[in-house]
Amino acid sequence: MKLYCLSGHPTLPCNVLKFKSTTIMLDCGLDVTSTLNFLPLPLVQSPRLSNLPGWSLKDGNAFLDKELKECSGHVFVDSVPEFCLPETELIDLSTVDVILISNYHCMMALPYITEHTGFTGTVYATEPTVQIGRLLMEELVNFIERVPKAQSASLWKNKGIQRLLPSPLKDAVGVSTWRGCYTMQEVNSALSKIQLVGYSQKIELFGAVQVTPLSSGYALGSSNWIIQSHYEKVSYVSGSSLLTTHPQPMDQASLKNSDVLILTGLTQIPTANPDGMVGEFCSNLALTVRNGGNVLVPCYPSGVIYDLLECLYQYIDSAGLSSVPFYFISPVANSSLEFSQIFAEWLCHNKQSKVYLPEPPFPHAELIQTNKLKHYPSIHGDFSNDFRQPCVVFTGHPSLRFGDVVHFMELWGKSSLNTVIFTEPDFSYLEALAPYQPLAMKCIYCPIDTRLNFIQVSKLLKEAQPLHVVCPEQYTQPPPTQSHRMDLMIDCQPPAMSYRRAEVLALPFKRRYEKIEIMPELADSLVPMEIKPGISLATVSAVLHTKDNKHVLQPPPRPAQPPGKKRKRVSEDIPDCKVLKPLLSGSIPVEQFVQTLEKHGFSDIKVEDTAKGHIVLLQEAETLIQIEEDSTHIICDNDEMLRVRLRDLVLKFLQKF
Amino acid sequence: MSSRVLSFSLRLAGTFAAQEDCFLYLQQGELLLGLFGEGGPQCWAAWSVPTVRSGWIQGLRSLAQHPCALHFLADSGAVDTIFSLQGDPSLFVASAASQLLVHTLALSMQAGATGCSGLWDGVWPACAQKIMGHLEESLQSTAAPQVTQALNVLTSTFGRCHSPWTETLWGQLCPLVARLLERTPIPAAHSLVDLLLSVARSPALSSSHGRLWEAVAQALRCLSPMQAGSLALGMLKLPHCPQALRVQAFGVLLQPLACVVKATAQAPGPPGCSMWPPGWLDGAEGSSLTVDTLLSSKSACVGILCQTLAQLEELQPLPQRPAPWPQEPLLGAAVTILRLCHGSATSSSSGGGRLCATLAGCVRVQRAALDFLGTLSQETRSQELEKEVFAVLSEYLGSPDSSPTVLKKAFQTTLRWLLSSPRTPGCPDLGPQPLLFLRELFPVLQKRLCSPSWEVRDSVLEFLTQLSRHWGGQADFRRALLASEVPTLTQQLLQDPESYVRASAVAAAGQLSSRGLQAAPDSPEHPQAQQGLLGELLCILSTDSEGFPRRAVVQVFTEWLRDGHADVARDTEWFIATVLQVVSQDLDWEVRVQGLELAQVFLVQRLGQPRCPYMVALPEAASATPIPEVLQSLCRLRLFDFAFRALLDCDRPVAQKACELLLFLKDKTAMCGGLQEAGDIPGSASGQVTLQRWRAGEQGQLPGDLQPEAMLALLRSTDLEGLQARLAQSSDHMEKSPQSLLQDMLATVGVLGENEADCY
Repeated sequence: MKLYCLSGHPTLPCNVLKFKSTTIMLDCGLDVTSTLNFLPLPLVQSPRLSNLPGWSLKDGNAFLDKELKECSGHVFVDSVPEFCLPETELIDLSTVDVILISNYHCMMALPYITEHTGFTGTVYATEPTVQIGRLLMEELVNFIERVPKAQSASLWKNKGIQRLLPSPLKDAVGVSTWRGCYTMQEVNSALSKIQLVGYSQKIELFGAVQVTPLSSGYALGSSNWIIQSHYEKVSYVSGSSLLTTHPQPMDQASLKNSDVLILTGLTQIPTANPDGMVGEFCSNLALTVRNGGNVLVPCYPSGVIYDLLECLYQYIDSAGLSSVPFYFISPVANSSLEFSQIFAEWLCHNKQSKVYLPEPPFPHAELIQTNKLKHYPSIHGDFSNDFRQPCVVFTGHPSLRFGDVVHFMELWGKSSLNTVIFTEPDFSYLEALAPYQPLAMKCIYCPIDTRLNFIQVSKLLKEAQPLHVVCPEQYTQPPPTQSHRMDLMIDCQPPAMSYRRAEVLALPFKRRYEKIEIMPELADSLVPMEIKPGISLATVSAVLHTKDNKHVLQPPPRPAQPPGKKRKRVSEDIPDCKVLKPLLSGSIPVEQFVQTLEKHGFSDIKVEDTAKGHIVLLQEAETLIQIEEDSTHIICDNDEMLRVRLRDLVLKFLQKF
Repeated sequence: MSSRVLSFSLRLAGTFAAQEDCFLYLQQGELLLGLFGEGGPQCWAAWSVPTVRSGWIQGLRSLAQHPCALHFLADSGAVDTIFSLQGDPSLFVASAASQLLVHTLALSMQAGATGCSGLWDGVWPACAQKIMGHLEESLQSTAAPQVTQALNVLTSTFGRCHSPWTETLWGQLCPLVARLLERTPIPAAHSLVDLLLSVARSPALSSSHGRLWEAVAQALRCLSPMQAGSLALGMLKLPHCPQALRVQAFGVLLQPLACVVKATAQAPGPPGCSMWPPGWLDGAEGSSLTVDTLLSSKSACVGILCQTLAQLEELQPLPQRPAPWPQEPLLGAAVTILRLCHGSATSSSSGGGRLCATLAGCVRVQRAALDFLGTLSQETRSQELEKEVFAVLSEYLGSPDSSPTVLKKAFQTTLRWLLSSPRTPGCPDLGPQPLLFLRELFPVLQKRLCSPSWEVRDSVLEFLTQLSRHWGGQADFRRALLASEVPTLTQQLLQDPESYVRASAVAAAGQLSSRGLQAAPDSPEHPQAQQGLLGELLCILSTDSEGFPRRAVVQVFTEWLRDGHADVARDTEWFIATVLQVVSQDLDWEVRVQGLELAQVFLVQRLGQPRCPYMVALPEAASATPIPEVLQSLCRLRLFDFAFRALLDCDRPVAQKACELLLFLKDKTAMCGGLQEAGDIPGSASGQVTLQRWRAGEQGQLPGDLQPEAMLALLRSTDLEGLQARLAQSSDHMEKSPQSLLQDMLATVGVLGENEADCY
């Protein structure tokens, strides 16, 4: 069993598991942090961004000044943003049989894999994952495509040149494999390869293994996967949450007794408690708005935003903010808000029961009805007519490199009355803000990551009791910035096996059994014999038939008919069925054996004890019988008659079947 | 016979037998032997009912009052039954059995005392011998419950009885107790600690202390840190504990904190932070507490830290606490623990790392450490340490992860540190360190006032009220506060949806306003801003649906009246009349009591302080306003009405307060006015009638528009003193009085035939 690790990002995993002749890709995450090296894509012409000075080498050589721009001491690539794909060289991706998706954030690289690697398999995911994943992809494509960029920089990627660049560009890994965004056509084609599954549904893969999605409690439709054969069980835990938010709670019980548990997608901010952060978010939002400032919340169009809107729904009246407009701007804002209301079966119990009242499960429906929350596909169009300040704007993309958020950063960045509140944990807020410096606007970092923290993981592992744990290397040591926090790492026995990008891990796990079925008529013919209390044995003569990874013992063909002249060939096809010698069991009591020998006329018998058993010497006959635990040898000098006689005496003491 | 009746009979027989002659009479008829002897109720089927066993013990307890009873107990075999009842499945029975043994032992020793000197002659009476034998046997038993029972009996004995014979008792049992300490594990450790403390506290054991101290020293060494902690604290509280033992005991208490400091020793703490005073920890060196045992489990670690912090907190203010008090190391330890809980302690050692993992986010330890830190504010400290403390408090106050309860504690501790911060001599202002801290604190308070958690908003407002109460007059504080948005936010929180928050906001806004620190009224969008805070508070008083904010408003008004707040002083009469009118309609009795308090303050201001009976009589010129004028104004303000109506209030505290107020008025007006009879004044007659009817148990209303004379007459003719005495009695005095019992019995006898079940 092997694990090929194609992504180094612990929360955007992409691993391939080879297990029992199947090749299973676990998640297909796309590392978007690479875009932080690029200049933002403004929706409207930004004089500030277009007038940034070009970057030149220390010696004054300015041949890169078209590709690289400098802003407040940082260097950015002036080009269409590119993404860091999973490794494509480590394994032939056309051999991947299936891709299992655990949540909508972990499928963003799907079009690159399904459309460009010769992949011919099937992708499995739950319905909300596919629908919301489509929205995320659609938004990404829309953000990038609606601001076409004339130039595409590639010179800087040259290895010789990259060495000369300042950090972090200099240290960026695998820049030559970075790719621009996919198209909507590729997205549609990729999504068409997905087969929808429901929680606890058992999916057979070629008869060899069975895969089952389980609720992971992190997002709408998010799942962990169980991959099992008859005798082995591998659990894949990715992006799970034990907090009570909107999705169905995590199914922990089914993870018990795994041979291997692959653990990815833990919280990225283990020190921040989501509850505290939501409180911080609300307080800062209220403070800013009360002072007449605007609040900008860079976010994804689905996920935490539902919880934030729910908190605000309860909070705004008490904080006297009922008159402040909330805007949600995204090309998929409307679909996201509406989708969330229709996936009732995937929601937590509380929200499910609302549907029967009937009420919308999320209170943002009421916010929309009462005009407190308004949503728009972009800043163009209706939004500009309705726009009123002070206000709160939720919009993407959280990297601050593309999307409507770029416009608001440019618009509000100059005033210290305004605040940008970062709630998505995927990007370093300081790096995200770098191309906007100098910035007068206040910045608040309230990352809300509901995924498992290390305390919860250690409880989970204690309960699930896996034999082996496999996880990204980042989880086996404390975070570099808090090296003293020994509590911020996975602590389990035996220690977790860690992986890093482009590594192949041989999982410490040997398959020892295979299930074989016996046809009923064959089973009928068996005559078991009890050899020990509770243990019966029977010999089986059968034909092993293997098809689709299923093994069946079938009755052997009837003893060949006396071959007719014409049918002779047929018998040749039938496997050779020799008359089988009986199997023997039991042990030989030496004293009784000697007595028997004496009865049968052997005299002058001498018994010697050896390390493994006994040697019975028939000195007169110059014969030696060696009796050991698992073998008996009769050594006599070419006297076959004698040997057979002795053999028959030995056999008298043994059971035959 | 039902088990309840049986139990009652046993108790009744015991009660009768308490008198010696009665006892003898009953014994003649062999009744007592039948009830309490060996062949008595134990053989009955009803013995399995706990009530019967309980009744049996209570009967014996009543009976055991005289020497005859002792003989009976010893001879009848009752004592053996008591021994066995010590392990009764019913806790009440078991406990009563132990108590009975204690009582019997004491009684028997008392009876054995010779002559009138009451001194004991050294021979144990038979009954006492029996009990002693049982105790000795139990102490040597291998079964922990038996040891516990014996220890509990001894603890009660030494706790209650301080006769000279207890010293001999201890002398005899001490070696057995010491042997318990040699067992592993030590049986009944908690009871053992209780016994040692009880013996140590007993004034009767003056000469046997030597052996006691040895046992205590051994216990401190052998017991687990958790159990040794309470023994150590108890020892340190003793005034006559030998110094060596005090050192050892204090070492036990310091050990867990020393472990924490040691585990995180690499942390760049302030110099001297980990320097424990020489000697204190030597005694604890043999102790089993190491970082490893401390870390063995999270619950153990949390338990011992919380206990130790609470014990040191208890010890700190006592005069007999160890000296020199290791203030600096303790402060350092408290700060380290808080940092560990917060995840901000840096330690490269594995012990420190594991400690951090164990304590991170532990709310219980955080609360205990903050309480302890607050206690330590009462001591002198170096500036450097004070800086550390303020830094860690800042971390807690600012951190989004602090739970509301921890935050509340952090605010309380902060206030204690600010209040005790050393000030520059001759300058009443805050020191530079607290001032710097406060300046950085206001943005945090601002944010916290907007918190979605009401507990947080509430704590901040309470803290703010205290802050401005203490420093509202100081220029630096005022500047820092007014530069922030805290006053505006406080004003806004008067509209908070949570009633507790509204109440705290009322108190805070009232305090800020008293100090002239209210929000600048430049927000015309707020309708209430136009009418000022007074108007807004009056609005809350008359319209708020919850009691807490309304109570807070009246309290603020009372304080304003006392301090002569400008808004009140402008037209005090209008203010009083308006407030009393609203308050009299209030459904919450606490609001009405607060209203009476307000009225009393007003009266004191008008009529002068109440006369103290022990004061030398001063000439009656204290009152600035002549009394008739005051009375006129009281009638105008309908204060009399309010007070008399309150006297009729169905809630006792209101009536009590009204009574107090009227007595004060009566006292002040005693010298004033004519001698007109009450009946002559219009209005006062009907007032009298109402009061009389009320006394007879009917509700009624006073007539309106009473004149001063009528009021005065009513005041004089009412038996306010009698009323006050009656009101002072507890609400169930009627039910508890013998009269009531008698009435009940008579009533029951009257209807016995129909209602037998009620007979008792």
